[in-house]
Amino acid sequence: MQTALSIAMDAFAYGMALFIICIGLSLTMGLMRVVNLAHGAFAMIGGYIASWAGRDLGLGYGYGIALAVIGTVLIAVPLERLLYRRIYDRSELSQVLMTIGITFCIIGITNYVFGPTLKTIPLPAELAQPVDLGFRSIAGHRIFVIASGLVVAGGLWFLIERTGFGVHLRAAVENAGMARTLGIRTEIIYALSFALAIALSAFGGVVGAEFLPIEPYYALRYMVTFLVVVSVGGAGSIPGALAACLLLGAIDVTGRYLVPDFGNFFFYLAVILVVCAFPRGLMGRAH
Amino acid sequence: MNGTSFGRLLRTGALALAGTLAAWSGAASADTIKVGIIGPFSGPFALQGKNFQAGAEAWLAQNGKSVAGHDIELVYRDLPTANPQQARALAQELIVKDKVQYLGGVYFTPDAMAITPLLKQGNVPLVIFNAATSAIMNSSPLVVRTSFTLPQTTTPLGKAAVERGAKKFISVVSDYGPGVDAEGAFKKAIEAAGGEVKEAIRIPLNTTEFSPIMQRVRDAGAEGVFAFLPSGPPTLGFVKAFSDTGLKKAGVKLFAPGDLTQESDLPALGEAADGLITSFHYAVSHDSEVNKRFVAAAEKAIGAPDLLSFPAVGAYDGMFVISKMIAATAGKQDAEKAVEAVKGLGWESPRGPVKIDPATRHITQTIYLREVAKDAQGRWINKEIASFPEQGDPGLAK
Repeated sequence: MQTALSIAMDAFAYGMALFIICIGLSLTMGLMRVVNLAHGAFAMIGGYIASWAGRDLGLGYGYGIALAVIGTVLIAVPLERLLYRRIYDRSELSQVLMTIGITFCIIGITNYVFGPTLKTIPLPAELAQPVDLGFRSIAGHRIFVIASGLVVAGGLWFLIERTGFGVHLRAAVENAGMARTLGIRTEIIYALSFALAIALSAFGGVVGAEFLPIEPYYALRYMVTFLVVVSVGGAGSIPGALAACLLLGAIDVTGRYLVPDFGNFFFYLAVILVVCAFPRGLMGRAH
Repeated sequence: MNGTSFGRLLRTGALALAGTLAAWSGAASADTIKVGIIGPFSGPFALQGKNFQAGAEAWLAQNGKSVAGHDIELVYRDLPTANPQQARALAQELIVKDKVQYLGGVYFTPDAMAITPLLKQGNVPLVIFNAATSAIMNSSPLVVRTSFTLPQTTTPLGKAAVERGAKKFISVVSDYGPGVDAEGAFKKAIEAAGGEVKEAIRIPLNTTEFSPIMQRVRDAGAEGVFAFLPSGPPTLGFVKAFSDTGLKKAGVKLFAPGDLTQESDLPALGEAADGLITSFHYAVSHDSEVNKRFVAAAEKAIGAPDLLSFPAVGAYDGMFVISKMIAATAGKQDAEKAVEAVKGLGWESPRGPVKIDPATRHITQTIYLREVAKDAQGRWINKEIASFPEQGDPGLAK
């Protein structure tokens, strides 16, 4: 029982970290119909900025996160205007080719600027301490990740379902031509949602760094995992992404505990079963 | 005469002079001996390749670019990841097209295995700077190795672990060649010292989330953990999980070969690795005059001090061996004579006293027991706490 609870805690924390990183990708793929393979690269940039802020500038963790989110968005916005805008209406193949090209460029540049070694993000003392939960001790940082994941999920749901911006976004997604006719500036809506997705990826890159350490090949190493989470959850669905992350996190962590030799076997078995049963993902919508 | 045409005349003259000089210097260095170095100079393992380069260049900087009147020219070839076919193609190109007399480098075992069949026909010795599987040495008599093997670095851990009161072990290794080698070597060593491995877990290479493994360790009630993972994200994740899940506080001891705590990863591992005990053949912080000079030269070659780690010393000693080969053959291409000349060769390396074992052509060296600790300047280092001199490779001993 104790073991089961303990594994559940680990699975929950891991799933939440995945969720924060992947939800932005789910939004760009589901709402904007852009297959952004460079999503992980932006998460990595966020991690690098936070690491630089914490280690070289000596700023606190909170400032590090803020700087990472703002800095990554500032890097991404010109890319959106110059490059991404051209591929919104193009085929998936062009999107994949361009975004994987961007990924390789970002890997090369970070390797050149920051070097090939691992970078850590210094945690504040409160988060670095193990917290005693009675049945086990868990890193304080994991509790922070779980809380952040819940806040992100709730905040996004509110933004998309309950605000004017959300109404415009949904309208632009349903029928861009009609939305424009009604006076919605779709390109601004797209730019804002792109920035939001990037901000979330940067945030995820920073808080998830304890699970997925920051190094130049981060962007490629976890690309498949991120894409799998989005396709299992259903692109564009917040509850879907949440369910996918928790399900896959639980299966991955439990599988590793019970039969470590099998490795990712159960993870991918679950992916195959889900995709067979729900070809559009757990909560994907028909387009 | 106006200025421009005079300038043109001057330039023509200078060009002609430069041409003559080039031809002349070309004639003088007709006796240039080329050494081909194959390593991962780009891609995920670029840091290891950079260390090869730093080690080789540190040697040239200290000893000059010529040996007994023969100029040495290094020819680097990039092999980003383990890729036997490409390794073979690169070695062939170096031997046939670039006409190298010596091959050096090689980070991964499969690459070394693909190159060794070419050596006899090419009349070229191979000095391995890293690739660390015992069996490579048996694949060709023209191979000499200046790195280490996992059985060599792991064996002293058995005794050290039992001395520190840990007898019941759980071993956790990444499921690939070196991991399996390390698991076997440790099992043998700990059983010889009177301990036991209760459970052996192999995990896939790409694992970065280790909490479930730590739960296994807790449930098994082990006193010690033996771990071997490739350096980089897996090691960082493992060491962090070990301390985060409270195992470290509970008094479980973690032992590992020194690959896990290579100096370039220590700033990232930091506090989490504090007190971790490893065994290895080289620590950048090794206290000797030779090592201080080596580190100074290699840091200059690599650019930043915190990038330096063990492949550099393999390359540095490899260059020493090649220089002895060049001297023994008087610059002529004779692979067998060259290898024969370095059998039994002993010298003072930055890592301590070493010797090329005449029977196996592998390096015999001191293996150090080290603890991750802070030095006087507050940097994390592998502090040597015990040494086991003259360790051969138990994997090759017949």
